[in-house]
Amino acid sequence: MGHRVGMEVSIAVSHAVQMARAEAIAAYPITPQTHIVEHLASMVANGELEAEFLNVESEHSAMSACIGMSAAGARTYTATSSQGLALMYEILFIASAMRFPIVMTVANRALSGPLNIWNDHGDIMAARDIGWIQIFAENGQESYDHTIMAFKIAENHKVLLPTIINLDGFILTHVVEAQEFLEQEQVDKFLPSYHPRFTLDPKRPVTMGAFAMPEMYTEVKFAHEMALRNSYDQILKVWKEYGDLSGRYYHPVERYKTEGAKVLLLIMGSLAEVAEIAVDELREAGDEVGLLKLRLWRPFPFQDLREAVNGADLVIVCDRALSLGGAAGPVMAEVRSALYPLAEKPAVLGYTVGLGGRDIQPSTFKDVVRLARAELAQGPQQEFHIFGVRG
Amino acid sequence: MSKPMDQYAWQEIEIGGVLTEPGNAREYNTGDWRSQHPVWTKSRCIRCGVCWTVCPEAGISEEPGGYFDMNTYCKGCGICAKECVTGCIAMVPEEE
Repeated sequence: MGHRVGMEVSIAVSHAVQMARAEAIAAYPITPQTHIVEHLASMVANGELEAEFLNVESEHSAMSACIGMSAAGARTYTATSSQGLALMYEILFIASAMRFPIVMTVANRALSGPLNIWNDHGDIMAARDIGWIQIFAENGQESYDHTIMAFKIAENHKVLLPTIINLDGFILTHVVEAQEFLEQEQVDKFLPSYHPRFTLDPKRPVTMGAFAMPEMYTEVKFAHEMALRNSYDQILKVWKEYGDLSGRYYHPVERYKTEGAKVLLLIMGSLAEVAEIAVDELREAGDEVGLLKLRLWRPFPFQDLREAVNGADLVIVCDRALSLGGAAGPVMAEVRSALYPLAEKPAVLGYTVGLGGRDIQPSTFKDVVRLARAELAQGPQQEFHIFGVRG
Repeated sequence: MSKPMDQYAWQEIEIGGVLTEPGNAREYNTGDWRSQHPVWTKSRCIRCGVCWTVCPEAGISEEPGGYFDMNTYCKGCGICAKECVTGCIAMVPEEE
């Protein structure tokens, strides 16, 4: 079952898209997403992938073309990053409102300015409210697995929502990793071909993208909200089915050594593996610190999070983005908001780390734990902290 | 649509707001918008149909006998009155 390969994560993602038999791709290259779409373009050109690869002049056009191709009934994929995601912005809402199951990889990268091509989550957090399913991968294997699963989730008729797989730019996209690929027959069995609910078909004419008067807009938006919330059950079903197939099971909130932990770190993306090392070292020193890894960002797994923090006194949220002038990083604000209704709840403190590719080591997380404990003891002095900022 | 827009619950809306029924725009009575409407003086009308031709919203229908009159989609823009060859169309405020 499956076979092991050693390859760059971006190339592995392009193979995942190939094995998922994507039929239509429209993309514009941008660092650090480039290798993914380059390889897909080459696969299409070489006849290794039976798909339409549309070269477009911008990301705004890429997402617009994806909507058109998805409307025509094709299994549609794209990938972008940072400024590219920002340029897609207005079309992202339309893709989800029209319920097109487009799958997109976002190679997370800082937003300008200042210009910076390195990793943080500023790009996706600025697009937090686009109404897409949003998932974070932690390593290459997860990037491959979640790319395949994303098509199955998105195309489920109980879901029909576009889906983003976030993977950290460079830290994941440009790293060579040992991964296990499924066999093509396994993927084909797991992921049957896409049957659209509606298509642009003259034999069965429909209007897509009609406008909504004030009498209807609220109901249409609420239907979208309910679709995204209700996608949770289907996401879990697909993850379970994939787990049974591959042996790799995924959960909305992953727990790492949380047994008996009074202090929990919480982070999304690849730095979770760095945090694991810090937790290992702290545990060895007799300090019972645990780690929560938030995998499912939208729909937000409220209940899973509430259960996961049970028994903790302090949750330290390590955001990878800023919400300038706001409560803290977006994840910290969300976590605090999710826990607020609990009668007994841990303190939630925010320490933003790793902006614009700033190097984060296990010692960083140990420092964060030490600082947060001191802050909790003396009472928070400010809304949140950016770890390691000079001055 | 089988009922007025403001009676739809969110569960009744097709996925993605898709409209499966063609031509339902005719159920939306755009004549509600107007603040004035055209009135034809038949004695001066030569039944040439210029008003019908220039109406941007198909808000004018031909009547038996070849005369013209507004329908429920007339928004009261006044183009017909402006273009009428014999000047037989007057725009009359809605409240009159």
